[in-house]
Amino acid sequence: MSVDFTIQFIATSHKAPTPMATQVDDPRIIEFDVRTDEMLVNMGPQHPSTHGVLRLVLRTDGEIVSETTPHIGYLHRCAEKIGENITPRQWIPYTDRMDYLAGMNMNLGWALVVEKLLNLELPEKARHLRVLIVELNRIASHLVGMGAYGLDLGTFSPFLYAFREREKILDLFEEACGARLTYSYLTVGGATADLPPGWLQKCEAFLDQLLPVIKEYHTLLTSNAIFVRRTVGIGVLPREMAIDHGCTGPVLRGSGVNHDLRRDGEQRYTEMYDGYAFEVIVEQDGHYPRDHDYPPVPKQAVLGDCWHRFYVRMLEVMQSIDLIRQAIDRYSTATGSFGEPVKLTEKLPKGEAYMETEAPRGQMGFYIVSTGNGAIPWRARARSSSFCNLSVTEKLCRGCLIADVPAIVGSLDVVMGEIDR
Amino acid sequence: MVMSGEAFLEQLKSKFGDRITGANLTAIDPWIEVAPEGLVAVCEHLRDDPQLRFDMLNCVSGVDYFEPDEKKAKKLDWDRHVEVVYHLSSLSNKTSLVLKVILPRWKDDKPGQLPEVPSVSGVWSTADWHEREVFDLMGVWFTGHPDLRRILCPEDWVGHPLRKDYEMPLEYHGIRGR
Repeated sequence: MSVDFTIQFIATSHKAPTPMATQVDDPRIIEFDVRTDEMLVNMGPQHPSTHGVLRLVLRTDGEIVSETTPHIGYLHRCAEKIGENITPRQWIPYTDRMDYLAGMNMNLGWALVVEKLLNLELPEKARHLRVLIVELNRIASHLVGMGAYGLDLGTFSPFLYAFREREKILDLFEEACGARLTYSYLTVGGATADLPPGWLQKCEAFLDQLLPVIKEYHTLLTSNAIFVRRTVGIGVLPREMAIDHGCTGPVLRGSGVNHDLRRDGEQRYTEMYDGYAFEVIVEQDGHYPRDHDYPPVPKQAVLGDCWHRFYVRMLEVMQSIDLIRQAIDRYSTATGSFGEPVKLTEKLPKGEAYMETEAPRGQMGFYIVSTGNGAIPWRARARSSSFCNLSVTEKLCRGCLIADVPAIVGSLDVVMGEIDR
Repeated sequence: MVMSGEAFLEQLKSKFGDRITGANLTAIDPWIEVAPEGLVAVCEHLRDDPQLRFDMLNCVSGVDYFEPDEKKAKKLDWDRHVEVVYHLSSLSNKTSLVLKVILPRWKDDKPGQLPEVPSVSGVWSTADWHEREVFDLMGVWFTGHPDLRRILCPEDWVGHPLRKDYEMPLEYHGIRGR
């Protein structure tokens, strides 16, 4: 923004005014001529509120953003090219590094699509183990989403609290598979190992301890007056636009679309959740399912705004806790093994398979093409949920204030590792 | 599908005739092949038909069928081509559908001339970024796309990395490539 101060002096004497004589007798004769020009502001790729290496070029006029152009690709690691040179099980670690906050969910997506191509059925115990693990990872991922969103809006403490709880989930994961971030635990044919003895008790103890903490989070953010004013009515995403842009996950449900792949997905995926009781988190008549314990929807909130997207995530944490509890019961009574991983060089039949799963950030799809020559796929493709979710930024940020850009981008909760692959 | 695959295919064929060039209903994910010139009309029909309502485009992928090794290429049962695969789904009907467009690897068989397919970004906005990605990595030109430029690779990158005959550049702005 350029500001021109034009100060007009009226000569008070016949002498030309010296610099010392610039005092003005009558303040009314000072004329401030404030003009604003269009200006391009570069936000990122190393900006703390862009969630990784995202670069936004904002065309601004004063405080108003008239155009936003996202530039992505800074984290492009050629995962798809690598995928067509190694076997599917060898590609599992690469899927970890896509959405690195929800590595388990990425492993599951790829494992399921390869199983679909191989036409592999899993023992019951392996299915419950998978539900248990991916829902636990969903909590961890949403906690980071919540904490980081607080950071975007200028509050630091929720982030610390969120990481405190997430740390305990990572400890549980470390005990189960040895890794804290890039797990490669769920794999084609099941999991690489069974849960260690005593793990389920620790998990249950953690859930008991997490429940009251969630209420603290709601006090810290959801019903906080500043937070509400920063998010309510900002970045409203109508449901038609959300569907048209392929938005999925909490972004889609935050716009009031009743769609969750755990219920509506392909049979191979939904049968994992067969018999589990859960409700899709979506607003109906101004209420969310089982929201009586939590802050009510603010009066000014518009369906599809930043607040709703955030709230859907918060309630999904509760939903995941429920699902994990059910999974623990089923897992401990299930028969069969935790699954046997297929050979590293398992021969792939000719064909192609595509499948999407409900990852924390939306529908993560994988596509595998095999020509039937050996164990290496002809093509491995990842359809990223954040990629589609981010593509609405341009429309959401049109006409908003600069300060609202981090609020809008943060509410989409994107992970750049998944967008750039 | 709400209706059976055969009935659906017959319905599409009676409406679009020879613009539906093939299908495989026994594949894991059954697919329908559409001629490039009929793609936009077919997609608009799939989206707007009150019975079908494929309102979401999940994914656009490019697949390059090309075997650089001539010995291996002789044994293969397919010809060289590039496929663009569209995965659609309907949120209201809970159905999904796969469309394929088969293109020559190069337009008019002149290496370097990108094959062309009409853009469906006017039908689903998802296609905007997805088509940019397919153009960037696979080298397919989407005619009628509002802003077809590279999305993942830098703007001055040469070549399309997911082509099977792609070779890494020796260097890029002083960075060693190979």
